[in-house]
Amino acid sequence: MHRTLITWLQAAPLTVILLGFLVAPIIMIVIVSFWGATEFSIYPDFQFENYQFLFNSPVTYKVFFATFKYAFITWAFTLAIGFTVAYFLAFHVRSQTTQIALFLLCTIPFWTSNIIRMISWIPFLGRNGIANQTLMSWGVIDAPLDWLLYSDFSVILAFVHLYTLFMVVPIFNTMMRIDKSLLEAARDAGASGFQTLCHLIIPLTKPGIMIGTIFVVTLVMGDFITVRFMSGSQKANVGRLISNDIALLQYPSAAATAVVLLCTVLIMIAIMLRFVNIRKEL
Amino acid sequence: MRTGYDLELVHLTKRYGDTVAVRDLNHIFNAGRYVCLLGPSGCGKSSTLRMIAGHESVSDGSIVLDGLDVSHLAPAKRGTAMMFQNYALFPHLSVRDNVAFSLRMKGVDKPTRYGQANELLELVDMNDYADRLPDQLSGGQQQRVALARALITKPKVLLLDEPLSALDPFLRVRMRAELKRIQRELGITFIHVTHGQDEALALADVMVVMNNAVIEQAGSARDVFNAPRTEFVARFMGGHNVISLDGSKVALRADAVTLADNGLPATVTGVEFQGAHVAMTATTEGGEEILALLPEETFYHSPKNPGDAVTLAWDEGRLHRLQA
Repeated sequence: MHRTLITWLQAAPLTVILLGFLVAPIIMIVIVSFWGATEFSIYPDFQFENYQFLFNSPVTYKVFFATFKYAFITWAFTLAIGFTVAYFLAFHVRSQTTQIALFLLCTIPFWTSNIIRMISWIPFLGRNGIANQTLMSWGVIDAPLDWLLYSDFSVILAFVHLYTLFMVVPIFNTMMRIDKSLLEAARDAGASGFQTLCHLIIPLTKPGIMIGTIFVVTLVMGDFITVRFMSGSQKANVGRLISNDIALLQYPSAAATAVVLLCTVLIMIAIMLRFVNIRKEL
Repeated sequence: MRTGYDLELVHLTKRYGDTVAVRDLNHIFNAGRYVCLLGPSGCGKSSTLRMIAGHESVSDGSIVLDGLDVSHLAPAKRGTAMMFQNYALFPHLSVRDNVAFSLRMKGVDKPTRYGQANELLELVDMNDYADRLPDQLSGGQQQRVALARALITKPKVLLLDEPLSALDPFLRVRMRAELKRIQRELGITFIHVTHGQDEALALADVMVVMNNAVIEQAGSARDVFNAPRTEFVARFMGGHNVISLDGSKVALRADAVTLADNGLPATVTGVEFQGAHVAMTATTEGGEEILALLPEETFYHSPKNPGDAVTLAWDEGRLHRLQA
């Protein structure tokens, strides 16, 4: 009896924090999503008007599609870059000191806020920015490229820049746990470098890839500020839909969109976890 | 069954920067033998094995297998296969897929490679576990799988890197009998690296004792044990006393020492009951320690205790002169 009490007490602080800062706000959002709103006020109610509006509006589908598109393309790029970087660090760099040094180098951009990292792309990519000027001075192009900034390109570029490390870290971590003698055993069995990659490293790195995927997908799905800044408010995703509603004080509608987004992301994660068992990594 | 695949090391050398791990080895391993490479840790035995396997580059010299210089070939092209110390089984593949891995890399179709894998699993008596994952096996079972996986490439030489060191003593004795049986059945050369002299004595047709990057002595297990060439070999093999006699070192087997009325006076320093024998250590007046393995019955006829004065004797013919 005494022991169970102590166990409960030990678990209590985290439980209280999670209840107060995670569970309660979500419950609140779910409740508010059923409330009603006029142009100037919101009132407690239990009606499905917010959801009806959301599911009947073609804008919702377009915006959700755009969000999935951002998530998918960002995922593909961060995975390709993240896997390559992690592979290089884990298998090509022999000395542990160099490994740690290079790994820390990857984290240096994170010493500044992500808004600053994002904004610093703007002078680079703009019409008269460094990229365009350089390309013109090399004679590659005659007129400045318009699609470099305030486009899907710049949004995805920023996403990839911001979130690749979230892919590198878990993949690197998983790769470091691969016993090096397995690679020798594969070589002994006549596997080429590419075969070792396909039959050994990728399967064994799957849990890390999955954790990185969850990070990147949830971050991109929930983002609104990157899309706003990098698209010059010309592109939309679900996050921006919610932030616009909030700006217009349409809390119930924002809450309904948030609930739908939350469910979408949870379903995506549930599907991903079906494929790979990440418990070993935790 | 004998195959014609002799393995020859010619001036084989391995350097890491300034340190020499293997110095100018010259040796011919006759085909079809069970060879034990024996030595203390850091003596270069593992580097030698890994060079033969192709997992370590050769600094100098060459490795010739069946008349072909394989020193710079890829591991899988040499006709060798390696069994790793911690087995290195692929954790995400079933036992059968582990064994069939190299055939899969060659692009052999599934029924054929599974057929061959099953045959080898039969050989190591692991058929019932073919669908399990390596985690679900005991250490001994994992080792059998690792053996089957190494053998599926039909190697001319199988290289075993301390294969028994991860097993408990009871299993170790059983597995070494198993290894010997399989080697006899297949008739291929096994090169087994170990630091345990009892393991080497039990298994080896040919024993190669290494120390400080060179071969100290090579020969049949019995020859090496009975006629150690150097003081190092005598001490490392155990069961020998190394004593100075007339200015040179001689080896004397511990079981050749007896208690007698006339002989070398000494004081007992320790008595250890070992079952069939009693191991008695005594210090001579010259300060040399001598170990005597006395038959248990004889010893307890007139037992000695630490501190007792005894006289040690031996047959002169049992003394074996060592090279400096």
